[in-house]
Amino acid sequence: MADFFTSNPLGIALLILGQILLIVIPLLVALAFLLYADRKVWAAVQLRRGPNVVGVFGLMQSFADFLKYITKEVVIPAGSDRFVFLMAPVIAFVLSMIAWAVIPFNDGWILSDVNVAVLYIFAVSSLEVYGIIMGGWASNSKYPFLGSLRSAAQMISYEVSIGLIIIGVIISTGSMNFGDIVKAQDGAYGLLNWYWLPHFPMVFLFFISALAETNRPPFDLPEAESELVAGYQVEYSSTPFLLFMIGEYVAIVLMCALVSLLFFGGWLSPIPGLPDGFLWMALKIIAVFFLFAMVKAVVPRYRYDQLMRLGWKVFLPFSLVWVVFVSFAAKFEILGGFWTRWMIGG
Amino acid sequence: MSVFAFYLFAIGAIAGGFFTVVSRQPVHSVLWLILAFISSAGLFVLLGAEFVAMLLVIVYVGAVMVLFLFVVMMLDVDFAELKAEMAKYMPLAILIGLVILMQFVMAYGAWQSNAAAETLRTQVIPTDRHNTEALGLILYDQYFLLFQLAGLILLVAMIGAIVLTLRHRTDIKRQSPVAQMMRDPAKAMELRDVKPGQGL
Repeated sequence: MADFFTSNPLGIALLILGQILLIVIPLLVALAFLLYADRKVWAAVQLRRGPNVVGVFGLMQSFADFLKYITKEVVIPAGSDRFVFLMAPVIAFVLSMIAWAVIPFNDGWILSDVNVAVLYIFAVSSLEVYGIIMGGWASNSKYPFLGSLRSAAQMISYEVSIGLIIIGVIISTGSMNFGDIVKAQDGAYGLLNWYWLPHFPMVFLFFISALAETNRPPFDLPEAESELVAGYQVEYSSTPFLLFMIGEYVAIVLMCALVSLLFFGGWLSPIPGLPDGFLWMALKIIAVFFLFAMVKAVVPRYRYDQLMRLGWKVFLPFSLVWVVFVSFAAKFEILGGFWTRWMIGG
Repeated sequence: MSVFAFYLFAIGAIAGGFFTVVSRQPVHSVLWLILAFISSAGLFVLLGAEFVAMLLVIVYVGAVMVLFLFVVMMLDVDFAELKAEMAKYMPLAILIGLVILMQFVMAYGAWQSNAAAETLRTQVIPTDRHNTEALGLILYDQYFLLFQLAGLILLVAMIGAIVLTLRHRTDIKRQSPVAQMMRDPAKAMELRDVKPGQGL
């Protein structure tokens, strides 16, 4: 039986399919509750009760929404480009999902343990802009088009600083594999060994860039309800809209996972005596997601020119200088190799 | 398994290239071209060159094609008219195509493969060092100066393009974020202490 899954091509394909489902299904179920948590946090800050009707404490709200979305009629506007219009949400959904292939949930719990995992994540997140551009263009309408243009410009701008911040971490580790990056943060002092300490200012920059990259408030200009109605999503209804929304939230959770892997030690336990494990990873993702939800609730929306100014004139120079600094610190082992934890080569 | 993947990517690349040329809608052409790029990235992965594959996706698909798509989306071109125009130049196009084809045939006919190149091509890919590291050693160690020089040339080109296109207009109202941030809050807004659980 075990032979079938290791040697037979069909068996290998089935095994990979099973592994994919093992990631995708728990992820989507977790996402339903994260969506609920997002709305609850938002409501609590605004002194509302939030979703509270479906199920105990409204816990089943996301599933009710899901059923509602898929039973609605799909409206395709006249004059739209039918094929591209329907492909755009599928692309947004699929791209946000395939990024999880290289994310480790525990030591060895990973679908594809590639050497260029960080670059892969970067490549996939640079593709995510296509879902939005295609959706905005294919709708053949003004607001979606303006929204998609804004979104594309914004995502490209913040990708640059995200890339530079990640390069700092890569220089410290000497590897682009997430497993190696987490193992490089292992040490005798628990949470003091993690990268948030040597890369301290970059944690904030990465978090803010992640907000901009995923079009979250305060950088949700692509959908700015007050000016663009809902940006690139205006013409979407039913399941295509659902796919866009799931794609957006999966990308947000991915960014939470990246923050915890790159700066907060992934599955490592913060207190030296306690065992490492999946639970820590999940807790860290939830903690970062809580921050995402809080930011959405308490920070007003940025103006577009300020957004661009922040990306190009503040974040980019700062992260560039930081890369140069980390390179020197790693090369000359400043502070006893505080920035040097090379897993390979060196 | 990898044979199946190879044919999937190869067909994807060829179909992408073909439809890039024949599709009527320019945005569709760009989207097909993206498919061709992603398929060739897949072929690179199958060859074991995962670093080059990722670079192809990040640089070409993630950056260059986005700009391309922007430009093409903004254009308002009547393609039926353009197609009619094209028929006029068809003989010239066929002539140029034939000349290029002839050149390829002549070049390939005179091709003599070096025996050393043959052995290099069939050499086993070393497993002790993955190709990101190998490329890094070549670019930043062996050819460091040339690599930096290439970067400098690109920088000069970029600055040149900016200088050529940047016009500072004086007849429009500008935002000054610094002045806006330096405003005195006491004059600009009123602060009220809101008790928790009560609202305003």
